[in-house]
Amino acid sequence: MSDVVEKTLTALPSLLSLDSQPGSGKLSSTSKLGNLIRGITELTSKHEEEKLIQRELSSIKEQVASPNTSMRQMKELMVRAIYCEMLGYEASFSYIHAIKLAQQGTVLEKRVGYLAVSLFLNESHELLLLLVNTVLKDLQSTNLIEVCMALTVVSQMFPKDMIPAILPLVEEKLTHPKEIIRRKAVLALYKFYLIAPNQVQHIHNKFRKALCDKDPGVMTASLHIYLQMIKENPEGYKDLTASFVTILKQVVGGKLPMDFNYHSVPAPWLQIQLLRILSLLGKDDQSTSEMMYEVLDESLRRAEMNHNITYAILYECVKSIYTIHPKAELLEKAAKCIGNFVLSPKINLKYLGLKALTYVVQQDANLALQHQLTIIECLDHSDLVIKRETLELLFRITNAQNVTVIVEKMLEFLRLSKDDYTTIDLVGKVAELAEKYAPDNEWFIETMNTVFSLGGDMMQPDIPNSFLRLLSEGFDSTEEDRQLRLFAVDSYVSLLQGEPGRLPQRFLQVISWVLGEYSHLREGLEPATTLRLLAKLLDMKHTSSETKSWVLLAMSKLCEGPDCVSLAQELSERHGGSLDTVLRQRVQELRHLSEDAELRASVLPRDAAQEPLEVDSSLSFLDGFVSEALSAGAAPYKPPHQRQEELAQAKALSLEPYGLSLPISMSSCSLADRQSPTLLSMSSGLSGNSTDLSHKGGSTTLKLDGVKRVWGKDGYLAQKEPVEESAQVEVPSPLCSPSRQGGADSTHSQTPTPTPTPEPEKEKQQLASSLFVGLGSQSSVCLMGKSEQTPQRFRRKAKGQGSSSGASEQISNSHYSTQSTVDNLLCNNLLDSTVTSDLAVSTPEQTPQLSQEVATTNGTCDAEQDLIEETDPGNSPSLIRANSTVTADPPAHKDPDRPKDSCLSSHLPAELAGLSHSEIIPLCSSQNLDLSACHVQKEDALLLVIFIENSSDSDIEQMLLQTESDELEVSCVTDSPVEAVRSLSVSVYQYSLMVKRPAAHVALAGTASYQLPSGESQVMQFSYRLPLTSFIRPLCVSTEEYGTLWLAFSQDTKQNLALLNDGQDPLTATLDVLKNKLQLHVVDIIGAEGIVACRLLQGQPCLMHCRVHAGSLAVWLRSPVPDLPDCLLYHCQRALQEH
Amino acid sequence: MMRFLLLFSRQGRLRLQKWFTPTPEREKKKIIRDMTTMVLARKPRSCNFLHWRDLKIVYKRYASLYFCLALEDQDNELLALEILHRYVELLDKYFGNVCELDIIFNFEKAYFILDEFLMGGEIQETSKQIVNRSIEASDMLQEDDNSDWYEVELFG
Repeated sequence: MSDVVEKTLTALPSLLSLDSQPGSGKLSSTSKLGNLIRGITELTSKHEEEKLIQRELSSIKEQVASPNTSMRQMKELMVRAIYCEMLGYEASFSYIHAIKLAQQGTVLEKRVGYLAVSLFLNESHELLLLLVNTVLKDLQSTNLIEVCMALTVVSQMFPKDMIPAILPLVEEKLTHPKEIIRRKAVLALYKFYLIAPNQVQHIHNKFRKALCDKDPGVMTASLHIYLQMIKENPEGYKDLTASFVTILKQVVGGKLPMDFNYHSVPAPWLQIQLLRILSLLGKDDQSTSEMMYEVLDESLRRAEMNHNITYAILYECVKSIYTIHPKAELLEKAAKCIGNFVLSPKINLKYLGLKALTYVVQQDANLALQHQLTIIECLDHSDLVIKRETLELLFRITNAQNVTVIVEKMLEFLRLSKDDYTTIDLVGKVAELAEKYAPDNEWFIETMNTVFSLGGDMMQPDIPNSFLRLLSEGFDSTEEDRQLRLFAVDSYVSLLQGEPGRLPQRFLQVISWVLGEYSHLREGLEPATTLRLLAKLLDMKHTSSETKSWVLLAMSKLCEGPDCVSLAQELSERHGGSLDTVLRQRVQELRHLSEDAELRASVLPRDAAQEPLEVDSSLSFLDGFVSEALSAGAAPYKPPHQRQEELAQAKALSLEPYGLSLPISMSSCSLADRQSPTLLSMSSGLSGNSTDLSHKGGSTTLKLDGVKRVWGKDGYLAQKEPVEESAQVEVPSPLCSPSRQGGADSTHSQTPTPTPTPEPEKEKQQLASSLFVGLGSQSSVCLMGKSEQTPQRFRRKAKGQGSSSGASEQISNSHYSTQSTVDNLLCNNLLDSTVTSDLAVSTPEQTPQLSQEVATTNGTCDAEQDLIEETDPGNSPSLIRANSTVTADPPAHKDPDRPKDSCLSSHLPAELAGLSHSEIIPLCSSQNLDLSACHVQKEDALLLVIFIENSSDSDIEQMLLQTESDELEVSCVTDSPVEAVRSLSVSVYQYSLMVKRPAAHVALAGTASYQLPSGESQVMQFSYRLPLTSFIRPLCVSTEEYGTLWLAFSQDTKQNLALLNDGQDPLTATLDVLKNKLQLHVVDIIGAEGIVACRLLQGQPCLMHCRVHAGSLAVWLRSPVPDLPDCLLYHCQRALQEH
Repeated sequence: MMRFLLLFSRQGRLRLQKWFTPTPEREKKKIIRDMTTMVLARKPRSCNFLHWRDLKIVYKRYASLYFCLALEDQDNELLALEILHRYVELLDKYFGNVCELDIIFNFEKAYFILDEFLMGGEIQETSKQIVNRSIEASDMLQEDDNSDWYEVELFG
């Protein structure tokens, strides 16, 4: 009997593990590990488990330390230690033994040793250094298995600074006769490339060899490296396109061995990798794209099986097709493919369909229209992931008409979501949409209230910052500003009267700032009432001290009258003893200011929020202090990165390469380039908590571009246009494109339209109509089936540019008309005589006026300069001003620049003196040097002239100017660049500018470095911006030539422009305005159509075809240069608006 | 690139973890906790993809075991599902009708198979035959420590 029991018991473990294969034959369930595992499963409480593991660990510890333990036993112990670690108990005592096992064991023991090491240790663990030798030895081993293991562990985790030690050995393996070794070596190098790219730079040609390896596995492995390298520099690998295409063709054609098939699909991983590479190569590159059309088509065709893996390939294909230069036929197929995804009953495919739609919808909004009902269904899907993805899609198609519905949906989701990351992301998106498309003040303020309360203190700090800036800077109409501010004040007062305890700190800060600044706008609202509401915040338990100082600051702005004095006194008694020094300071300020109304008015003037604050960014007022300190023996200041470098050099072998470089925060980095002392002082003034706040400020600076300011100026302009658009949507014009009609059809076929629709269906349709309104408006644009920018997108872009130049644009606008005639004159006058223009050579009297006019126009640049300075610090200027007690530098430099203009222009080089130049505007200045610049339009060139004026008594040596620009090619014209600027003299630099990449406004940035007589070197930074129109010249072609050119160009854009109605023929009038303002050449006008041509300076043409249609001017632009049509269109729009 | 792979049971017990990028210990613990709670809370027949911070999580349940793979933004989710599937196939081929217990008791084998299949966060070998051949061959060493013979077996 006992025999039977025993037999059954011994059979148990094998039953447990279903032991039927040779692999599991040596089951360890009878072993100690098996005992441990079974022991744990029998336990019921966490506490018992802990006890058991601790016992186990101490027994392991004892055994590993014993000298009698054999390597075989050690292996077994390691496995148990790994198990304990996996359960979450630390077994750090075993780490060193794992390394020893990897070092000394036989092949099998080594394998466990390496495994344990890779599980236990991190790349930065110091014990890893002990492994380097083992790896070196194994890499040189004749046993292939050992080499394999070494390569695996190397790709797993290896100290970065030890890579050079083993790199030659790994490199050598690229030519190993066994493909498995070559493959692993390639992957190890890929890993090295990711963590230390410059260390493997010298082996790039060996990567090419790997790409050409006869073993497809090695070739596949090398693609990982290529994908990475091409991502970083697509230009450098265009020559490989043909090879990649050939490989893909062979793979798709089933030329690989069967081994590579996965569920009878040939090498899907390889296919997808290649598709990704191709899409990177073909992006914005027509000729490269043309090479891959055929194979993409074939991939689409071949992937027909109904299996996840084919869908994976299809998805990647679709993405490639929409990334590379478009081809109508392929786009059509891809769109159909997306349809299959979206309509699939499988939820995973639906999800990917939504993603694909999100990816392509900006190029082809019609696709979203086609699938609107599915999108609506997904929006109500029970799976939050699907819902979230749908919102992402809606975010992309938001316009001024559907914004309220979409934002409502997003907020609905936000209320459900508990995930911080999603909340931060969505809140940011809602804020962006609200600023961009808000239909009215009330909605905007209410939406932002929800954003602030839902986003809480997690949201990006730039959201409240830009919101406050929007309020303080205002828009065109002061009445509009006032309304918005009033709404905000009313809404906040009622919030504070409710339960302010629930509001997040950030929101309270916003509220107190707004109330402090604008509550006086509301008639009937006594300051005392507001003060009481604010004072209530100070007493709340959860109010942070940062918020308290915001509140106190707001109170200082408001306190007026005897009541307030007593309130201030009471507060100062209560908080005067606070441990927080900032708080104490604020309370003191409040008390003093409440007693002295005059002082308060001068320190905190009302309604001055938008006046820019003059900040001396070079901190020159500290120079005296610094030199004093230096002479007293203080060490000279070194920027943090320099200190880091020196520290790193001082250490012979740095064991902690990561730890050191991390602490350089944003703000301290920028401290070095002499920009951010301003930033620092401002943000510290903001809240008084200097270090961590300056950090926040730093991160804000980075995000301050474009978008945030968009709503300000043109947000209200947008209201007019959408109406026209929607009208177009509702009345489908006969011009409707096939794809648009297709869209309409498909929606019909999905819903049983003629029959009375059931209620929920109706709701959905209503929702659909409110969501997708305004999307198909430009459908006629898609005639070619080519991807186009949607009108919305264009307008947004235009707005971004328009508003970033801010109010200054207005200034230039008024002069625009005169300017362009002037430009035209200029052109005729100075440039080639072939320009057919009705204007004759300018008379001598005209010339002085000329230059003056051009100068005024370029006031744009000047104001833009101001603007850049203003936005740079990254915080709302008004907030800064509130802190004016700290930085009370009077605007000394404001006007003296103007007279400078005339004296500087005398320094213009002789050959340019006769030409008209733009206004000379100051770029930057230090106590020794002033940099100014202007541009001069020549027929064949655009010259940038930079004046360097040395106002000090000493000469400046080693003057070096460097410029860079994404959009411009800058070349120095001056033969021998000046190196020294004599005292009290002016040096002139000339640069010739060419457009590299068209943008509505092009800018260049530069640095000027020089050496003071004391030997100290200095660096200044500047930037210069000018409109693309400066580079545009008329292009004289005949109607026939125009026809040929038209067919040859591929980049095109369409848009409707406003038609001028000046009494005479509207088409001619409109074209004349464009011709005069933008220097276009009107080739011909035939009936209701006109053709116009122009070129960029270096000769790239842009053609424009205009047709009067339904009261507006339908223009169609074509050019060989991407972006040029869009930019020109932008300027056309502007020119007509200004007219 | 893949960031990490986790295998855990229905009870949220970790069965296998693989980190393809260096991750601090504390972070690992947090990720494991987040993943188990997130994935286990999913209703049946919802989609297999999730968002977590800036990563995409692809998970799939095989019997009592959850396989959970984290991807970077540009990676293909469907393909990742197939990576998981291929790994299960490999385990299945090796253990023969694999179940959770095989992986519990032989977790080191599961790691070895994984190391032959994925390397440095990318697919290394997609062929079932080749992966299995190399694993079985090195297992043979257990009985017969003759590397010559082994090399013949593994490398042809």
